Amino acid sequence: MPLLAVNDLRTYFHTRNGVYRAVDGVSFSVERGETLGIVGESGSGKSVTCYSIMGLIPQPPGRIESGSAMFDGIDLLRCPPKVARSIRGKRVAMIFQDPMTSLNPYLRVSEQLIEPLLIHENISRPAALKRALEMMEAVGINDAARRIHFHPHEFSGGMRQRVMIAMALITRPELLIADEPTTALDVTVQAQILDLIRRLQRELGMAVIFVTHDLGVVAGLCDQVQVMYGGRIMETADAATLFKNPLHPYTRALQRSIPGLQPKGQELFTIPGLPPDVSKPLPGCAFVARCGFAAEVCSAGRPELLTVAPGHAHACIRAQRGEISVAELAKWEAHA
Amino acid sequence: MPEDILELRDVKTHFAIQSGFLVKRHAGSVRAVDGVTLSVRQGEVLGLVGESGCGKSTLARTILQLVPTTAGTVILNGRNLTAASRSELLASRRDLQMIFQDPYASLNPRMTVFATLAEPLLVHRVCRRSEVAGKVAEIMSRVGLAPRFAQKYPHEFSGGQRQRIAIARALALNPKVIVADEPVSALDVSIQAQILNLLAELCRGMNLTLIFIAHDLSVVRHISDRVAVMYLGKIVELGPAADVIDHPAHPYTRALVSAIPVPDPAIERGRRRVVLAGDPPSPINPPAGCSFHPRCRYAIEACKAAPPPLVPAGPAREAACIRLGELPPS
Repeated sequence: MPLLAVNDLRTYFHTRNGVYRAVDGVSFSVERGETLGIVGESGSGKSVTCYSIMGLIPQPPGRIESGSAMFDGIDLLRCPPKVARSIRGKRVAMIFQDPMTSLNPYLRVSEQLIEPLLIHENISRPAALKRALEMMEAVGINDAARRIHFHPHEFSGGMRQRVMIAMALITRPELLIADEPTTALDVTVQAQILDLIRRLQRELGMAVIFVTHDLGVVAGLCDQVQVMYGGRIMETADAATLFKNPLHPYTRALQRSIPGLQPKGQELFTIPGLPPDVSKPLPGCAFVARCGFAAEVCSAGRPELLTVAPGHAHACIRAQRGEISVAELAKWEAHA
Repeated sequence: MPEDILELRDVKTHFAIQSGFLVKRHAGSVRAVDGVTLSVRQGEVLGLVGESGCGKSTLARTILQLVPTTAGTVILNGRNLTAASRSELLASRRDLQMIFQDPYASLNPRMTVFATLAEPLLVHRVCRRSEVAGKVAEIMSRVGLAPRFAQKYPHEFSGGQRQRIAIARALALNPKVIVADEPVSALDVSIQAQILNLLAELCRGMNLTLIFIAHDLSVVRHISDRVAVMYLGKIVELGPAADVIDHPAHPYTRALVSAIPVPDPAIERGRRRVVLAGDPPSPINPPAGCSFHPRCRYAIEACKAAPPPLVPAGPAREAACIRLGELPPS
């Protein structure tokens, strides 16, 4: 049984301007100790997926319309609040993009670090502080004994992110959800934080869901990768396959847009048009308006995420029917 | 040989820090830009990279004289901007324009696209009032915006389109030099590629000189002819973009390049990285000597003595490291 199994999750936002289908029927699972990468552009629904699992969607305007998120046999979306609270922050923890807005500026770091322990474990304050200190050292903060009493503003961005990781991992969670934890950081600091997550994951044996828009980060960190677009999963595969043999035109287009992968000076491959407006119903494939292979069948009905090889599934109906050959893909890329 | 259009000579921009509530005391200064000498050739794309806080944005603002220069000179097309009067400075903006990072903050939300693009034309009396409409339409189509959107407001556009408006505004006066401060950092990859293509095409088509600031080295490598790497207010390495990024000479550039994740699992998992310890030091109190020495794995006693000058490091390349010849090949 997977550690977390999300099935047909739909999270909609009901606003004055219409219904935004931020997450529109997403299913995936995470095994113990596995790292799942979720990639996509802004508005693709990757963060809302995580927030839904963590119960952090403001309701209203948000509403989880359907679906389930089974964590070790318990549905996080339907279970009584008391049960959910006993899991969140204890067995499932989350870290966020911006450590300045997710730490409380008024409280000393020590208070924030021990809070999850005091809530979830029957532990005395001094013992909790001792654990907090060990955790500060484990995430690589020098002079931890003194700095544990600092306020968040006294740390640099990278150090704050370490504090947040320490706070998330202090209860030794089985699943860590990381929502773009390195996006706000410089590359040299990002390298430090990624190393840290990798090492702690090994030591604690936890599973990680890593949300990012950076395909480079995914390549180095994740076992399984899923690509989201317009609130849906377009393709999912193990990292090596996704980069070597992507089958969905969107995955290919996304990879081709990265400057580092293209010869210098040549015009960059671009995806024409804009991401879809999720406040309008998308009867067909979400990528249909920008896809070079779109046919009538693509706007007729929503393509299913079909498994084509063990661990590799995609939602391109034409590729599933074998109508798009690799040669044709290459031709499109050369012309676009 | 194209001539130098922009020249910086030992430019320093320091910000004073004051302490005290009623009686202000001078408590030191942030050395955001601390001695930059650089010349930019006509028609060239110069990439400027470095981590946050290294002074690259302050350098951009210094070139445009949006912040007062502490020392040194900025020379644009033979005119010394640091000594220019207000009216001379205004006139120089015809040749020198800027594009900012955040297209949500840099456009006036109360001005239509037309008003935004007409303003520079009217201020600088580029054309007669009756010709403005035609000119605005021409600029809009040049950046890939349909002229029928002229009466719309910025909030009606997506991030990528807003950045096109910002580029159009910078182009309105037919400038010779554009300074773009992280113009694609706020955009998604697919949109980023569109804007990079547009900038590259405009540079070629209009013989523009572009100073392109970014923290993303792969973007800079793609668009730039030359690249300058900054660390703590100084340029530590300078040279042809692909050479510098593929074969970095300075230890800091090496660390920076090795920190970029490569979007290919086969390469990414196999390679060794130089992980820098700690954070960049504070520009208020930079380390003595080479400011990189506390984090540098090759640092020796002599590195702490004096700030190293830029010395030749290969064809058309310079780097500021006294141990260049002794370093292992990158």
